[in-house]
Order: sequence, then structure tokens, then C-alpha cells
Amino acid sequence: MRRTVGALLRKDLQLERRSFESVPAMLLFTVSAFVLFRFGLDRSSLEGDLAAGVLWVTLLLAAVLGMNRLFVAEREQGGFDGFLMAPVDRTAMFVAKALLLFGFLVAVEVVAVPAFVILLLEPGPGQALPELLAVLALANAGIAVVGTLVGALGVQTRVRDLIVPLMALPLLIPVVIGAAEATAPLFAASGASPLPGRWLTVLALYDAVFGLIAYAVFDFLLED
Amino acid sequence: MATATAVEVAALGRAYGERVVLRELAFSLPEGATVAVFGANGAGKTTLLRILAGLLRPHAGEARVLGAALPKEAWKVRGRIGLLGHEPLLYRDLTVRENLRFHARLHDVPEGRAAELVERVGLAGRDEDPVRTLSRGMAQRAAICRALLHEPDLLLLDEPLANLDPGGAEAVEPLLRGPARVLISHDAEDGLAAADWVLGLRGGRQAIWAPAADVTLADVRGLYR
Repeated sequence: MRRTVGALLRKDLQLERRSFESVPAMLLFTVSAFVLFRFGLDRSSLEGDLAAGVLWVTLLLAAVLGMNRLFVAEREQGGFDGFLMAPVDRTAMFVAKALLLFGFLVAVEVVAVPAFVILLLEPGPGQALPELLAVLALANAGIAVVGTLVGALGVQTRVRDLIVPLMALPLLIPVVIGAAEATAPLFAASGASPLPGRWLTVLALYDAVFGLIAYAVFDFLLED
Repeated sequence: MATATAVEVAALGRAYGERVVLRELAFSLPEGATVAVFGANGAGKTTLLRILAGLLRPHAGEARVLGAALPKEAWKVRGRIGLLGHEPLLYRDLTVRENLRFHARLHDVPEGRAAELVERVGLAGRDEDPVRTLSRGMAQRAAICRALLHEPDLLLLDEPLANLDPGGAEAVEPLLRGPARVLISHDAEDGLAAADWVLGLRGGRQAIWAPAADVTLADVRGLYR
């Protein structure tokens, strides 16, 4: 399976490098949203709950753009057919696409989080950066797992652009709640407070449950 | 595993929603033989090919390919079927070489096999070009490489020589011989010449199933009227 995941991942990264269809769009959306929040809220700085909410809602909506594109080449260029006829474990496609979406989110956050700090956050995360990275990793994993599942379902329909957010956003509400609750103390006006472990556990549990569900059902999503 | 028949279908049917596109198909193709499938547009030829490839589920009847009952045992024949349809099943933004390398990895085939096929179909100078920049004939040659990469035991071919110039057709024709073949063709003369058996479809029903020697050009042309 590792070999198949590697082949799929390599192919998808080559496609993204050539077409620049997902990451630039996600990044542009994220930075534009931060600028809009800055002017829309008429605030030059945010902190606590509000800052965490703005960050996570923006990242989630950016992720939806990536989910929408995740399986388009497979659908439109016969990738599904070629893959389904090969003697490989079909779950490899789920693993590869989830890793790809996770990678896309990390690539976006490398630019978007510093942009958020510069444009909107006061005070910055400072010493709390490792904790913020832990929350980002757990939330990204949840978004990647559910996004891959929903992306595979949505691409089978004619209204992919509508179906993907309609299914993904409600399913990802626990991730936004967990990530925002875990992040809010890190963005406190009085300086970062300790990370609430309860919300990290919620995120980890969500990742595990949806990871297992996706692993179990993904095969059937590829069937006729 | 050696099987006496390459393809065996009985009372096979398939619908898309309310529209029935295949009904009551029944035939048996021996190993190593070629069946030419004729029929007007919408007769169900492509649907039949996709069922035999394990990409569509039959809604009625049974289909066995290389001894495996579809769709239940489709996993047994994955990697043993080569499909060449209307679409090349290649990623447009990848080069020919990258596409073939990807498929070689999926099928656990040495990459040297891809280079050999590229050479034989006359694509050697263009294998570093993205597929989107190729002419339809060149893309067809690349698709033929992709379909043959894993040396399949059954070839499902939908007009394999379409878009090829005479030189290209001459280069690829020998590569397409050997295993059992289901060959969709609109060229009655060439199709009959290449086939051992003929399957004629009209409106999703089996209008002809006979040895190619017993089928005349007029019989085939009658399917399109």
C-alpha cells in the first residue's frame, strides 16, 4: 500500500505543480478573508475567542476550495478508471488524498498564519507557537479526513461545488469548535494561557473516529 | 490461471436510471479469440466494455471475465485487463513518461517496459511532452502504451486505431494481437477481418452472435440502419 500511496501522492504533487489549481486559490482566499475581516470588523487587532474564530472559519472555508478540486483530475481525466483497474488496495487513494489535503493545508498555513498575526492578531502567539502548531496539526488531520471523504462523494455529482461545502461544513463544526476553543487561550489579550487539553482530546478523538469511518467506507464510494 | 473462456455473459443487463441500455446479452468468448462488437451509437457497446472492465455493475444476469464472476470477484482480474476506450485515461498536465511511470507503479511493472512500448508505438521523441500538447493520434498512441503496459490477458478496445495515421496504425496493430480481445469497431470490413466472433447490438439487444466467417458485411451494415 505504501508504494501505491507514494505513486498517487507523487502524481498529485506533479499535477499541482503544473496546474497551480488548489494551493494558490486557497492561499489567496485566506489572505483576502483576513483583509476583509480587518476592514469589515473595523478593528486593527483581535484577541481571544474572536481571533480564534476568525482564524478557524477562514481556514475551514479555504480548505473547502481544496476539497472541491481534490478528485477533479481523477473524474475528468479518467484517473478513477485507471486506478480501479489496477491490482492495488483502493484505500491507498483515500490515504494519498488525505495526505495531499493535509499538505495543502500546511502549505497554506505557512503563509496564512503569519499573515493573520501581522494583519489581525494582537498580541502574537509568541511562546505559544508549539501549542498552536499542535492544534493546527490535529485540526488539519480532521479536515483532511472528512474533506477527502466528502470530496470523493461530491465529485460523483454534477453539483460538486454545492454538495462539498453543504456536506463538509456541518461535519466539520466539531473541528471548528475544538480548534477555536483550544486556540482562544493562546490568543488571549493578557498573553497566552495554557492550552486546554480537553479540546485537544476532542480533536484527536474526532480524527480517530472519522479516520476509521473513512477507511471503512471509502472503497464503496469508488464503486459504480 | 488458465480458463477455457475469456469472457462469458448470460442474460446480462444494465440500465441508467429508467433507461435500459443492455438487455439479455449472452455469449462466450474463448481464450485468445477476438470478438468484434458492432452497433449504432447508443447500442450499448461502451457500457458492455465498462462492465467487462469491472467499472460498471451489471444490473441483471451474469458476467465472468477470465474466470472471475463480476462484480463479486473483480479483484481477481484487476491488473489482467487492458482497457482502451474513447478517453485515453491519461493526466493531461503530466508528460507521457510521467503518466506511464505512474501506471507502471500501480501495476508493479518495471519502468523499462514503458520505454520499450513508447519506442514501439513511435512516441520516443514526444514522451517528455505533456499529454495536453499531443495531437489526438499521439495521445492515442500513449493510451495504447498505458493499456498494454501490464501485458493484460484480455484487451477491451474501443476503436483502437481511431485517430491514427497509417504509419501509426501499422506500428500499433501487432502490439494489440495476442490476448483475447473485445473490439468495438465501426469499420465493418476491418472489424470482420480482425475478428473470430461477431457480436451485433441493436438498441441494447443482441442482434448477432456468430463466427465472423458466417457474418457478411451486409449483416453488419444492417445494424446501423
